[in-house]
Amino acid sequence: MNMARREPRWAVFFTVLLALIFQVLPLPDWLSAVRPSFVALVVIYWGVYSPHAGGIFAPWLAGLSLDVFKGDVLGQNAMAIALVAYIAMSLHQRLRNQTLVQQSLFVFAVLTLNEFVVWGIEGWSGHVVATPWRWIQPMIGAMLWPFMAMLVGRTHTRA
Amino acid sequence: MAVFGSGGSRSFGGRGPSFGFRFFCYALLSVVFMFYDRKGGWLDTARYGLQAAVYPLQLAVNSPSAAWRWMQESFTTRETLQKEVDALRNQLRDQQLMTLRQAALESENATLRGLNAAMPEVIEKRLIGEVVSVEVSTLRQRLLINRGGNSGVHRAQPVITGDGVLGQVYRTGPFSSEIILITDSEHALPVQVLRSGVRTIALGTGRSTALELPYVPQNYDVKVGDVLVTSGLDEVFPFGLPVGRITKVERDPTQPLAQIFAAPLARIESDREVLFIWARPGHPAAPATPEILVEAPKPAAPPKAAPKPARKPAPATPPATTPTESPTAEPATAPPADDSSSGAIDRPADTPADTPADAPVEPPANPPPHPPSDGPAEVPQT
Repeated sequence: MNMARREPRWAVFFTVLLALIFQVLPLPDWLSAVRPSFVALVVIYWGVYSPHAGGIFAPWLAGLSLDVFKGDVLGQNAMAIALVAYIAMSLHQRLRNQTLVQQSLFVFAVLTLNEFVVWGIEGWSGHVVATPWRWIQPMIGAMLWPFMAMLVGRTHTRA
Repeated sequence: MAVFGSGGSRSFGGRGPSFGFRFFCYALLSVVFMFYDRKGGWLDTARYGLQAAVYPLQLAVNSPSAAWRWMQESFTTRETLQKEVDALRNQLRDQQLMTLRQAALESENATLRGLNAAMPEVIEKRLIGEVVSVEVSTLRQRLLINRGGNSGVHRAQPVITGDGVLGQVYRTGPFSSEIILITDSEHALPVQVLRSGVRTIALGTGRSTALELPYVPQNYDVKVGDVLVTSGLDEVFPFGLPVGRITKVERDPTQPLAQIFAAPLARIESDREVLFIWARPGHPAAPATPEILVEAPKPAAPPKAAPKPARKPAPATPPATTPTESPTAEPATAPPADDSSSGAIDRPADTPADTPADAPVEPPANPPPHPPSDGPAEVPQT
């Protein structure tokens, strides 16, 4: 169990920052409508493959900066992303032994939950974003997951 | 699912409390943030600092499009530039002709109003800002500008371009500010038809080319091509800034209200430079203050609700459905402008702010665009 010692903290920081940039990069309307939550995807990745690297604090901070960036209610994305991180970390041992398809299904479920939490808080704060496209986003995210999972060999040396 | 909340994760190195507990803490913190962010208060200052923290990232994210624009600009041919210069020269000449008699007109206006000297311009100070990013979607119509609290920009400050009203400051950071455009679907702007004096509210539609005027009764005098100006009744915008031009008037005889649309005059998607303005307090055309709107001495029944800033649209109740009830087209939440209070709002500006006034508490309100005798709106024909 020497995993704890070689945690890729800097990698976590940079990938989350990169995801944040991709998340808010100005894109044409049709593209940004289906843009999945990259931050949530990266958080799932690190939650599953390196659950102690970032903890919940890093995802929470990423969510908070997303809130400031988008001008949402402070804490909205922070809450959702922290939840995603928690679920991914809690189930990481089980998930690592599953096939890519099963993992993708899990990712789909978690991203939908993320979207649902954000949607709920938006409704509470009175800024409902009533576009059906947002429920497509988790599907796109789930489709991207296998590609991300293939990177595991590069960021981690598997025993 | 048994893994949830179990201490299994602790086995990994025994550092700190379990994931479940930590998640609980962060979730609680998020909820506290959300609560106080909605309420406003100390989190506003925290947010101010956070805006500064993410501003470099915002610049970085928008650098590709900025670089692209720079490329385009530096590779324009001499011919295009020459054409542009010619066009600008023509424009300048036209505008010089238009302003040639400005000074004469101003003193004439002052004489007509019985003032000793012409009033100074209502715009006291201005500041040019540059657009960092544009967000124009049906859900949000916002701009990010490279000026913030350090330059004196504050919340609910009017932002205009050379063509007309653009929006108002929604949120500021030290180095940047977020502008909510008048076409944002959460924005409402009290306006006035320049030709006929009809006052109403222009709501954003979420499209950058259209404003909606849903509270104008059928028989009011509004025509396609009419120019809308700000009415100055909203505590934000001074009176008389051009807003838009009426593009469509639909009158369905079965409906009490006409369906009216306007196009904003400011070129919202193409302008790169904006102007923050500060209105001269006490000027007749300055934005109305709550004191003027509420503590009106003349009318018997002062208006009940204090005017809300234009940022909160959502008129709770539709306006009077029969035009005979109220001669104006203001909905209930709009700054009060029905006839009972228009005596206060429409007082001709016969007392300049600088004369030793007998009533020092109330600076003069907006001057009416035409003789104030017949009220702001057309007389209903019934």
